[in-house]
Amino acid sequence: MTTLAPPRAAATSGPTRRRGSRRRGAAPYAFLAPALTLFTLFLALPIGYAVYLSFRTEIVQGLGLGSGARQEVWAGFANYTRALQDPEFLASVGRVAVYGLLLVPTMLGLALLFALLLDSRRTRATGFSRISIFLPYAVPAVIASLLWGFLYLPRVSPFYYVFDQLGWDVPEVMSSGLVVFAIANIGLWGGVGFNMIIIYTALKSIPTELYEAARLDGASELMVALRIKIPIVMPSLVLTFLFSMIATLQVFAEPMTLRPLSNTISTTWSPLMKVYRDAFTRGDIYAASATSVVIALATFAFSYLFLRLVQDGRAFSQESK
Amino acid sequence: MTTTTTLHRATAAASVPALRPERKVRPSVFGTVVLLVGALYCLMPVAWVLVASSKSAGELFSTFTFLPSTHLLDNIGELSAYRGGLYWRWMANTALYAGVGAAVSVLVSSMAGYALAKYRFAGKTLVFNLILAGVLVPGVVLAVPQYLLLAEVGLTNTYWSVLLPSLISPYGIYLCRIYAGASVPDELLEAARTDGASEWRTFSRIAVPLMGPGLVTVFLFQFVGIWNNFMLPYIMLGNDRLYPITVGLNGLLNQGASQPAMYTSVITGALLSIVPLALLFLTLQRYWKVDLAAGSVKA
Repeated sequence: MTTLAPPRAAATSGPTRRRGSRRRGAAPYAFLAPALTLFTLFLALPIGYAVYLSFRTEIVQGLGLGSGARQEVWAGFANYTRALQDPEFLASVGRVAVYGLLLVPTMLGLALLFALLLDSRRTRATGFSRISIFLPYAVPAVIASLLWGFLYLPRVSPFYYVFDQLGWDVPEVMSSGLVVFAIANIGLWGGVGFNMIIIYTALKSIPTELYEAARLDGASELMVALRIKIPIVMPSLVLTFLFSMIATLQVFAEPMTLRPLSNTISTTWSPLMKVYRDAFTRGDIYAASATSVVIALATFAFSYLFLRLVQDGRAFSQESK
Repeated sequence: MTTTTTLHRATAAASVPALRPERKVRPSVFGTVVLLVGALYCLMPVAWVLVASSKSAGELFSTFTFLPSTHLLDNIGELSAYRGGLYWRWMANTALYAGVGAAVSVLVSSMAGYALAKYRFAGKTLVFNLILAGVLVPGVVLAVPQYLLLAEVGLTNTYWSVLLPSLISPYGIYLCRIYAGASVPDELLEAARTDGASEWRTFSRIAVPLMGPGLVTVFLFQFVGIWNNFMLPYIMLGNDRLYPITVGLNGLLNQGASQPAMYTSVITGALLSIVPLALLFLTLQRYWKVDLAAGSVKA
């Protein structure tokens, strides 16, 4: 608990410079202490523990009754081979891959389009549109899924009402083939505005002189956008892509909330749902840990590869300008 | 010509919602329509929940989707009466988790970011790289081991189990480090030290006010992050009196599967939970100007 206290001991001491500079040696550590304590307890330690558990397993002796009947032992890579060969896990990875391929390009493409339109001199009603498109970010994923979940129900949905009037027979969007679109749409709705704001802010920081000359030379808004604006906001696009990808791999709240409204979402629809089921429904924390570690490693690998692929050293720079 | 336009643009960019009445530019009908369609798509579910929460349980599935009714107050009354006002307790819990969690998190992050930006010390690069690695850790993957560890010390199913893991935000520290680097001049810190201010006073009286707008952004990020985090409280809490609104409404929705009358309460609850956060967003709009790549805040 003492480590959490701010470095206020200095308040009592005199204003001599020498003592000041001596104290400064400890000051950065004191400022960092709360963050590092929390980092260790709630990030590093859980990761370490998950890795440890992923190599352990439990053996049951006899009927599994009594205190000594259950024993934790080393399992080597058994949990990993089991996780990677589990058809349920592989199926959930496949679903999330489809979900990500649908969601991330659509969301970032639209976010970029909206941001460029907001930044364009030729569009109107930009204030209203900006606020409206950003608003869903204020709605938690659970609430968003709940709203869309009802809008997907043919008995409630205005779309199905229209389809009925037109005499079209449109399949239910929460049927097994389409449910991934239903979930991706919720992610799109909640995320497009946030990413739009990020890109829009980057666009606003471009000095106008950079494209004023091009405009005077007769370049169209489209050319200015393609040749000048998009290349300059590329670092922002890279980071929004990275964060969207990390979020995609962790999709959990949306399918969990839609489950009561649809019978096509299994308890292992996404990898994280499988982790949850293994750990808390089946009580197999070892398999759940191994799967968690696999997801974490996959996220790291994707992030690293992606940054390697596109990185020009600007995003996440070590030193600020 | 160029200079006047530039000046004009600069002032327009400074005044926040940027409507730029500039040189005669032909308005693009197509572009405006695309934006408005986007706005309509984003507003539609919100409009629906407004209308739907005014309907009685019977009307919900029988009348046209966007036909409003007159039962909003009845629905709110019914929701408030549910198990002795449990819904409002969920709202208060959410405010506690997100408000207190985000406030403490900003304090922790600003101290760490300030130290990383403004001091030279052994291990600085290591700490910074650790924090960066932390940004990329998929947070929810931590939930299961966090649960097991907190269960070891008997903290699961308490307010602490949701609050404590929410306090650390590597991304918040990363942002704070950039804000401190960009907005706190070294000369000012030196002057304060020469005047005899302690390191803590220098930080709290000089650095924090200068980092102000950036800290509001970090607060909002963290607030939304905690408000949005479903898995952590879902795993940690068993007692429904400790639930935040997301877990509570998820539970109500599950009950709706067997008693459809519950659905009106769920929908009314969803509406009421959106209102405070939407207001917070609209009033603090100008702080949502994060340049992720450059890390600076234009507020």
